[in-house]
Amino acid sequence: MADNHYGALKMQIKKPSQIFHWLFLLTALSLLALPAQAGVKIQSWKAKSGAKVLFVENRDLPMLDVAVHFDAGSRRDAPERAGRADLVAGILQLGAGGLNEETIAKRLADVGAQMGPSFDRDRAGYSLRTLSSKREREQALDILAKVVQSPDFPEAVLQREKTRTLAALREAETKPAAIADKAFYKALYGAHPYGLPSGGEIETVAKLTREDLLRFYDNHYGAARAVVAIIGDVSRAEAEAIAEQVTGKLAEQGTCEELPKVEALTKPQVQRIAHPATQTHITIGAPGIARGDPDYFALYVGNYILGGGGFDSRILNEIRQKRGLAYSAYSYFIPLQQPGPFQLGMQTKKQDADVALQVAQETLQKYIQQGPSAAELKQAKNNIILGFPLRIDNNRKLLEYLGVIGFYNLPLSYLDDFPRQIEKVSARAIQDAFKRHVHPDKMVTVMVGAPE
Amino acid sequence: MRKATELFSLALIALSLTIGTAWAANQPQQKILANGLKVIVKEDHRAPVVVSQVWYRAGSMDERNGSTGVAHVLEHMMFKGTRAVPSGNFSKQIAAAGGRENAFTNRDHTAYFQTLERSKLELALKLEADRMHNLVLSKAEFEKEIEVVRNERRWRTEDQPHGKVYEQFNATAFQSHPYQWPVIGWMNDLENMRAEDARAWYDTWYAPNNAVLVVAGDVQAAQVFKLAQKYFGPLKAKKLLPRKPQEEPAQQGIKRVVVKAPAKLPYLLMGWKAPVVRDIDKDSEPFALEMLSGVLSANAAARLPTALVRESQIAVDADSGYDSVQRGPGMFLIDATPSEGKNVAELEMAIRAEIEKLKRDGISEEELNRIKAQVIAAQVYQRDSVFYQAMQIGEMESAGLHYAAIDKRIEKLKAVTVEQVRAAAKKYLIDDTLTVATLDPQPLDDKKPAAAPKGLHHGG
Repeated sequence: MADNHYGALKMQIKKPSQIFHWLFLLTALSLLALPAQAGVKIQSWKAKSGAKVLFVENRDLPMLDVAVHFDAGSRRDAPERAGRADLVAGILQLGAGGLNEETIAKRLADVGAQMGPSFDRDRAGYSLRTLSSKREREQALDILAKVVQSPDFPEAVLQREKTRTLAALREAETKPAAIADKAFYKALYGAHPYGLPSGGEIETVAKLTREDLLRFYDNHYGAARAVVAIIGDVSRAEAEAIAEQVTGKLAEQGTCEELPKVEALTKPQVQRIAHPATQTHITIGAPGIARGDPDYFALYVGNYILGGGGFDSRILNEIRQKRGLAYSAYSYFIPLQQPGPFQLGMQTKKQDADVALQVAQETLQKYIQQGPSAAELKQAKNNIILGFPLRIDNNRKLLEYLGVIGFYNLPLSYLDDFPRQIEKVSARAIQDAFKRHVHPDKMVTVMVGAPE
Repeated sequence: MRKATELFSLALIALSLTIGTAWAANQPQQKILANGLKVIVKEDHRAPVVVSQVWYRAGSMDERNGSTGVAHVLEHMMFKGTRAVPSGNFSKQIAAAGGRENAFTNRDHTAYFQTLERSKLELALKLEADRMHNLVLSKAEFEKEIEVVRNERRWRTEDQPHGKVYEQFNATAFQSHPYQWPVIGWMNDLENMRAEDARAWYDTWYAPNNAVLVVAGDVQAAQVFKLAQKYFGPLKAKKLLPRKPQEEPAQQGIKRVVVKAPAKLPYLLMGWKAPVVRDIDKDSEPFALEMLSGVLSANAAARLPTALVRESQIAVDADSGYDSVQRGPGMFLIDATPSEGKNVAELEMAIRAEIEKLKRDGISEEELNRIKAQVIAAQVYQRDSVFYQAMQIGEMESAGLHYAAIDKRIEKLKAVTVEQVRAAAKKYLIDDTLTVATLDPQPLDDKKPAAAPKGLHHGG
């Protein structure tokens, strides 16, 4: 749930004291659904720099959000340099335009601005939140402009960040969830770069040099493929100037190689990985769909019923409600530039793992064979359509949507079209789409902490 | 991976309600029903959305030893059916209305919430009022749900080394106060919990006079009061058990605990007993401690990341935390992870050196003003989320403070001086009230995760 950021000057130590009834595993889902509401007027243009800009003017609050994204996620990593893309994204703010990391952090904090990198398999970039008053805004935007366009990649900082990354990677090797994730992507995508661990490998990160980072930056942080999302208390003319300010000094075009196609799996594969944890982490899946796939809406509604709709979903119902086998159980599609994963998962007591796996497999098979019931379809549509206003009720959420629409070249009318598209989905369309895209007999199953 | 992105989330601090400009927010409005239910409405008309939250002043600190975790178990059972609404149907109805819902249990309170399109508020109030007094709590449902909760504990704590450290830290730091046990409860208590335990909890604490209803969003306060009266009004108040103060005896020396768990990196958690806000008008130390925590870790240029992560590089992460608003005793926390090749003893020394510097030299005006700037900006940012605005009201009220304390707190924070920060550090960051918990990482024994298994094939 996106709103999970309370804390009153509580620089929260990760205290597991507040515990939720059930998990909203909807991060991926909420990106899936680009919701709609009349009244969100998106303006879009191409900046002089060549960058694509999406802008929503919103004068409700004296604040401004700006995000700049590039086609520089981990799919742009080469196997021998895995982790490079992530390191580049993280290090941009640690020295830029001649300012050291401390000065950058101070200048932001001095005006109450918040800035940080974002990174996934497709995209890398920075988001900034600042007050819209002149002094604050100008100081904050100056930093964002420097970080994105004039990073210095200081050698000493690079060495330190490599050390920290290596420590985190070694730590991750002990964590069931991280082990499962890494094995799952590797098994799904093989040699395709989606199969690389997005944070890299110990061996590859250890070898990265400043030259490597610079080359990656030069090739992938070009203006022509930058997407700037802006929402808040500025005019169109001001937004135009901001877009220019944060992309105008970028090289016009980097060189991006064509990536190989994502290949479908041809047979099932099961990995049982030992781990002393009390629970088994089970992940099942295969490559799913890309952004813009014509089956997107059918799969979105269909997955709500299968494993995306919490207590409305079959997976949670069978695994948790009927049998108490797990606290969370879910399925989702992550549509990426190329087919992203379809994934179904849960954590269950080690002794129950084989039973839970069987229940999950049967639930999936049955769903694909039979499709959803009329009642399930109605419930799913009601939730998605009536709940639209919730998905765009603040600037933070809208900023994310602007970034996605821009990056994946979705139509600007996408928001307005969305309810109609959902409404049109039929039970038959869902069943057909699942039959085409989800093949339970050719899936990867990873069990970490598997029963002996 | 914990990396730079974490700094961003750490910067999400200090949020409050009003600003004195054209954008000034509506003040909350309050009405107390005859049965004692307090209803607080915060109008915010930016988006056609409403948040409804019911806060019960009953959390794990109200539990007894032997039944730890029952507050949270009951929270799960609240979705399992009333005499009017069958099991699972609460969630079904909210979902059918396009809503999202969840609940959470904390040491001080248990809360339930729904977010809906504005016209659907009535449904949420009707359902919440029903389960406030009408719960079934069947044995069959309980037996299934307790399994879910045990799995939740495994996932949340048993298999999470840092979760275990935090659990042991509290168990060590508090010798009599119920903050000593985990919100989710000890596993043995969960194994021996019965439906009757949950029933007793429900009967004791679930009453309109032990609850606060907070509604925020695109609504009219008068209309909300009317609906609240319609649905909650008929409920009867209960005679509540007197709450014992359970004051923690003064700690008289450092306490240490070590936790062994499968991990690679050690971990260090240090906590000092500290005051919390009891009187928003008179208290000042809690606000100095909030600013102190800000100076230590509220941004990437703050003291802990600067000294420990960047300069000496003795840590890969270092953070501080302090909650000024809670029902029980306060705690000022610092946690950190040593770099490879460094151990927790060296790291503790380095942290102590930073604290000594703080006590000796104090902080600069520049550092303090930087945190104040963050506080002021966050006042605006927080209004981007209606949900968060409701959260703030609920947290304040369930801690026994009036929602007006939200604004007062900001004024107090802005008034903190460098000398107050130094004085707070000198008074509270002392060994006699310190508890130190460390993680002693264990190998995953001989069952190492298999390296890329042979024949790992990818189709195509």
